[in-house]
Amino acid sequence: MGEKNNMAYTKRFDGRKFDETRKITAKVGVVPNADGSAMFAFGDTVAIAAVYGPKQLHPQHMQNPEKGIMRVNYQMMSFSVSERIRPGPSKRSTEISKISEWALASSTLLGEFPNTVVDVHIMIPQADASTRCAGINAASLALAHAGVPMKDFVTSVSIGKMDKQMVVDVIKEEEDYEEGEGATDIAMSFMNRSGKLVHIQLDGKISHKELKEAVELGKKACKKIYEIQKKALKEVQENTGGKN
Amino acid sequence: MIEESNLTTKRIREYLEHGNRFDKRNPEEYREIKIEFGVSKKSEGSAKVKIGKTEVWAGVKMEIAEPYPDSKDKGNLMVTAELTPLSHPKFEYGPPKFEAIELGRLVDRGIRESKYIDLKKLCIEEGEKVWQIFVDVYSINDDGNLLDAAFIAAVAALKDAKVPFYDKKEGKIDYDKPSKEKLPLTENEPFNFSIYLIGDKFILDPTQDEENAGDGRLVLAVTPTKPISICSMQKSGEFEISEEKFSEILDTVEKTHKIIFSKIQKLVESSAKK
Amino acid sequence: MEEEINIEESHREIVIPGEIIVSGSDYLPGDGTKREGNDIVAYRYGLSDKNGKLIKIIPLSGVFIPRRGNVIIGRVNDITFNGWLTDIDSAISAFLPLSEVPRYIDKNNLSDFLDISDFFNAKITNVKSKGVDLTLEGKGLGKLEGGIIVKINPNKVPRVIGKEGSMIKLIKDETNCKITVGQNGIVWIRGENVEDELFAKKAINFVTDRTFISGLTDKVSKFLSEEKNGGKK
Repeated sequence: MGEKNNMAYTKRFDGRKFDETRKITAKVGVVPNADGSAMFAFGDTVAIAAVYGPKQLHPQHMQNPEKGIMRVNYQMMSFSVSERIRPGPSKRSTEISKISEWALASSTLLGEFPNTVVDVHIMIPQADASTRCAGINAASLALAHAGVPMKDFVTSVSIGKMDKQMVVDVIKEEEDYEEGEGATDIAMSFMNRSGKLVHIQLDGKISHKELKEAVELGKKACKKIYEIQKKALKEVQENTGGKN
Repeated sequence: MIEESNLTTKRIREYLEHGNRFDKRNPEEYREIKIEFGVSKKSEGSAKVKIGKTEVWAGVKMEIAEPYPDSKDKGNLMVTAELTPLSHPKFEYGPPKFEAIELGRLVDRGIRESKYIDLKKLCIEEGEKVWQIFVDVYSINDDGNLLDAAFIAAVAALKDAKVPFYDKKEGKIDYDKPSKEKLPLTENEPFNFSIYLIGDKFILDPTQDEENAGDGRLVLAVTPTKPISICSMQKSGEFEISEEKFSEILDTVEKTHKIIFSKIQKLVESSAKK
Repeated sequence: MEEEINIEESHREIVIPGEIIVSGSDYLPGDGTKREGNDIVAYRYGLSDKNGKLIKIIPLSGVFIPRRGNVIIGRVNDITFNGWLTDIDSAISAFLPLSEVPRYIDKNNLSDFLDISDFFNAKITNVKSKGVDLTLEGKGLGKLEGGIIVKINPNKVPRVIGKEGSMIKLIKDETNCKITVGQNGIVWIRGENVEDELFAKKAINFVTDRTFISGLTDKVSKFLSEEKNGGKK
């Protein structure tokens, strides 16, 4: 291999190419009670999302007479990671809920629905890093499935920098990588058509030039993920016609 | 919720007077049950259960803990249920409401009192260190009878569970080290029946509409002795019940258990082969 | 409003939000779409429909959006001194004023006519941001008694009604039931007995489960006769 530095990240833990995501699974209609729902998985990271609304919002003081509001609630199941998570909200889940809300609200158009709320519930039953990205992708599918008006479609991915190597769709082992410059983890979401960034979070250390590269790489990865999301939404109705 | 209709409720009750249900089932008949094991890899054991359109996930996590003062040589068990707003618009975020608390407790009691888990075998050091088992249950879609679904899922997750590797010297658990050690489970595999009383009739495995039409429920967890033994019970709701009705219910439960229990065993076997 | 969705006849295709449906300056953006530069873009999930130069989306999902003139089925939630607060399964609440009931009502006993949790069908007279106003002035509007309530997606209502009401007439005739389909997706079915009502419910679900099949009326007709001769009676 002729590597100069034996610490360099030359091969991924799970053998993927650097710009390759894990196997993606996407399916809509997984929660029959909801107005829209979806499952989205990056390999072992699974997210289920359900959308209810636009519906009446109580208490009244929360209502916005200009447009409907969106509430996202992200939650990991207690057994989704090695160390059991105590049930109920945590600082982490509260922040991720809000971050996801900002990402998704940029594309949704709730002007037609003043004083109402769209509730988006995200559950993570199994986690191997990148759960917020899987959550946003599932929620995006569920919102579209629920018929909520949207001007664009949001897709999310995590980009990592392992030592000096950039990778797409980070797993837990990569998150914990400590060699060389260590691991930098960047979660980001884009609107597909406009290509605009609607969410970004970074943990680690990275040069400004590398960060530009990372965003470029993330955008490319999201284009591919978007195609799978699109397919999931197009397939569902064709199936409905054939079954029972 | 507009679909909670008093018109439909009235019809369900009238129809049941003649022994009929909207979906043509017999009063004691369950909808199709599906069990999937090992759905969450980081848990010690997990399962997804569907009864008709009702769906529930359960997972087992294990930690080292101090035993309770009154059971110094036994492992600890704790069951928690979350009725998520994802699964039905009637559920809200915030501290658990009575329905969720009761559901968790009913699953807990049924499993505990059945002695399905040999908790003595989960003692590491008497009075000091024991295994703590957490069983957590989440609703994903509620179309009635979440309790029985949660119970089946909890039992299935326990069946699926492997005790994680415990390094005695270090006093630490290594969750990543693969383990083959199953939980010490006994023959007393419990099954839960939620019986809904509607007028002077009763039904098993109610749909959401049937739950809305019900006067209350009687909850029974039983173990597969011959004849069955009842290991926990709760009358849940404000209603009255005659002794004759009560004994009729017990007879039905005895009869139905044979059928449903062997069905469950077959589901477990067939998924083990996969 | 009453239309048959037939994919083979009209090249309809499922589109997702943000997707470009067609490009070209001579197309016109209709419901659920917007022009952005040279493109007509889908602003919601559904079937894209081209009618001459007009492009629109036929929604497949989504909550009920009340419009003036819609006939809906609602349920009474509360009673005030001058009318009924009702749930019409929409994001905004609906009010039925006493003055919109074309018959004598005892002002001190509004519940004699419509009590809490009673169902009724009514017409929307006004849609404001804080609520919807209803009236019972009109043919066949009023309290619904007996029968069962079924919920379907409001976007499937045109399918269930069919061209000029042909589909719903077929189901009514074959099942011997009175059926009222609210534009809000709430359906009331009343027959001689529960079996008939459940039969009608099954037929309605047969329709709502099939978005893409052409010649659906014939299929429903076949379904109804098979069910009749088969297990039903």
